[in-house]
Amino acid sequence: MHERLDAIIDVLLPPVAAILGALLVGAIMLLLLGANPIVGYVALFQGAFGSTNSIADTAVKATPLLLVGIGICISFRGGVINIGGEGQMILGALGAIALGLIFPTAPGWLIITLALLVGFAAGGLWGGIAGYLKARYNVNEILSTIMMNAIAVQLMNLLLRGPMIDTTQKGAARIPQTARLADAFDLPRLIPTRLHLGALLAIILAFVVYFFLWRTTIGYRIRAVGLNPFASRYSGINVQHNIVLSLLLSGAFAGLAGAVQVYGVNHFMITDGTAAGFTGSAGFNGIVAALFGLLHPIGTIPASFFLGALLVGANKMQRVTQVPGALLTALNGLVVVFVVSSEIWRRRRARARAIKQVEIESMQEEVPVPGAMD
Amino acid sequence: MLSDLFTASVLIGILSSGIRLATPYLYAAIGESFGQRSGMLNLGVDGIMLMGAFSGFYVVLLTNNYWFGLLAALIVGGIMGLATAFINVTLQAQQGISGIGIFLFGLGMSDLLFQKLVHNVETVTGFPDAPIPLLSKIPVIGEIFFNQNVLVYGAYLLVPLAWFILNKTTLGLKINSVGENPAAADSLGVSVTGVRYLTVTLGGILAGVAGASLSIALLGVFQQNLTNGMGFIAIALVYFGGWRPLGILIGSLLFSMVNSLQIWMQVIGIPIPSDIAVMMPYILTILVLVLSSGRFRQPSALTKPFERAG
Repeated sequence: MHERLDAIIDVLLPPVAAILGALLVGAIMLLLLGANPIVGYVALFQGAFGSTNSIADTAVKATPLLLVGIGICISFRGGVINIGGEGQMILGALGAIALGLIFPTAPGWLIITLALLVGFAAGGLWGGIAGYLKARYNVNEILSTIMMNAIAVQLMNLLLRGPMIDTTQKGAARIPQTARLADAFDLPRLIPTRLHLGALLAIILAFVVYFFLWRTTIGYRIRAVGLNPFASRYSGINVQHNIVLSLLLSGAFAGLAGAVQVYGVNHFMITDGTAAGFTGSAGFNGIVAALFGLLHPIGTIPASFFLGALLVGANKMQRVTQVPGALLTALNGLVVVFVVSSEIWRRRRARARAIKQVEIESMQEEVPVPGAMD
Repeated sequence: MLSDLFTASVLIGILSSGIRLATPYLYAAIGESFGQRSGMLNLGVDGIMLMGAFSGFYVVLLTNNYWFGLLAALIVGGIMGLATAFINVTLQAQQGISGIGIFLFGLGMSDLLFQKLVHNVETVTGFPDAPIPLLSKIPVIGEIFFNQNVLVYGAYLLVPLAWFILNKTTLGLKINSVGENPAAADSLGVSVTGVRYLTVTLGGILAGVAGASLSIALLGVFQQNLTNGMGFIAIALVYFGGWRPLGILIGSLLFSMVNSLQIWMQVIGIPIPSDIAVMMPYILTILVLVLSSGRFRQPSALTKPFERAG
């Protein structure tokens, strides 16, 4: 019982300490910028949790992180590093919104369901290409996914400036954006806030992916290939197929994140020429969420919620303290670095505990004294 | 229209800018390759580049001396590289994530400092063109290769220098062994930690210079996210080049030449949608990789932290 508590503390203490450390550095930076750190951090907390609306916003912000994150769990567990979340989100969003724009008068529930599926498929395609390039041509997936992010942004620019542009815009200089989707296509709200169905869907899918990875044969194979491709091949698993599958599924969830973002939050698409303009760097932060969640889909739920809270609260902090938003990006980076650096303490403490355990057990044994007569 | 492309002056222009454009990629990728050869993956290169770009830009703005600017970028890059080394080597953080954190930090910090210290859009005249006497007078070739600025020359000189260090020196031997089998290297008395600190810090210095080459040599300006992902492309080019300086040179040139080509095509009005044109370097890189598949093996200890057992 005591050891259980110790173990939990060991897992939670380093990251919590690390976050506090990062926030401390942030406070110093706020001071240097002439802002009051206490006011700032109160605003941060209020922004994330201060009202029902805030909590809803946090959940909304966390949703794409969770979806991308559970995809990352699949890919990393499958032994492939997917850095293509940004591009896959974009592809998913493009596919999903195209459907809604082509059939503006179709029933809402039908389009929403199909659009999410299309988004899933489009992201899956984008990820699958990288998977195929790796499996068939041994193209390193870090390289290919990074390149495909850039290609996806150009594709988005091309489509949003051309075939998908909102033609009802007046004036000569048209903004590269699509028309707004029909109201019927908005994802239903869970409670009267901005919280939409996508958040619930993401949580459900996290459990589904957990089940998939640990309770199905396919999931087992993916994990086996990730742990030891050589042994897996020897035991008859088709490593190539599983590499493609891992990247495909990972991309699919990122694509779904993009589709959910469009149908639940933005309701249209606009491009400023960059990936982050649409994704808000969820493609990267999703990786962070997955890793904070220890590459476990269920763990990714609180991790993405926490990251979402940071991002949402930071917005409010920025408004209140009038500090440039860039501080928050830097702070985001610091939190990531601090938390990931604290891993070592967790491992050292775990090892120390294990050694202690062995000592305790050996003292409790009755050691027969050789040669003693009684 | 298309025929305009094949006039001498345009072709020379394309090649000349291609050579120039490859500069930041060369600095960053060669720097990253040192780290990767010793087993360390630094995904934060883009962030360090941005900090180097801003530092160089700001110092030139203040002092009007581009050498001071370069020095500033070097120092800032070195500090960030050292910090990266501490995080990844001593604290053994998971290298993929820590890199993303460093990237986000560099992205935000450089923008924050820019907004606080500079406010407006400013330009600086950085490194001027430095034609090499005699050589730059050679028709065609002289214009393309020998009429660039000092940082460009530096980037290309870095390639044989890196080759020499990695293949012909004891240090190179140590770097390679640490990247392939750190336990064996350690048992032979090589300081795995020392070598890794060195390569990662060096990578940071070169990333800082790469950023400066953008802000005070090629463009003469700084803005938020100036690099726009160039650091990540540079990392990709390390893989592309098979972790070898020559391969990295080829990859950087290929990428930059196609980039230069598509820029010029748009300038002289060839009717290609600009978005497709911008895609070209990325698609071509993937294509070339597909065609040259499977010839390279990555350093065995890449991304695996080393802790002395026992």
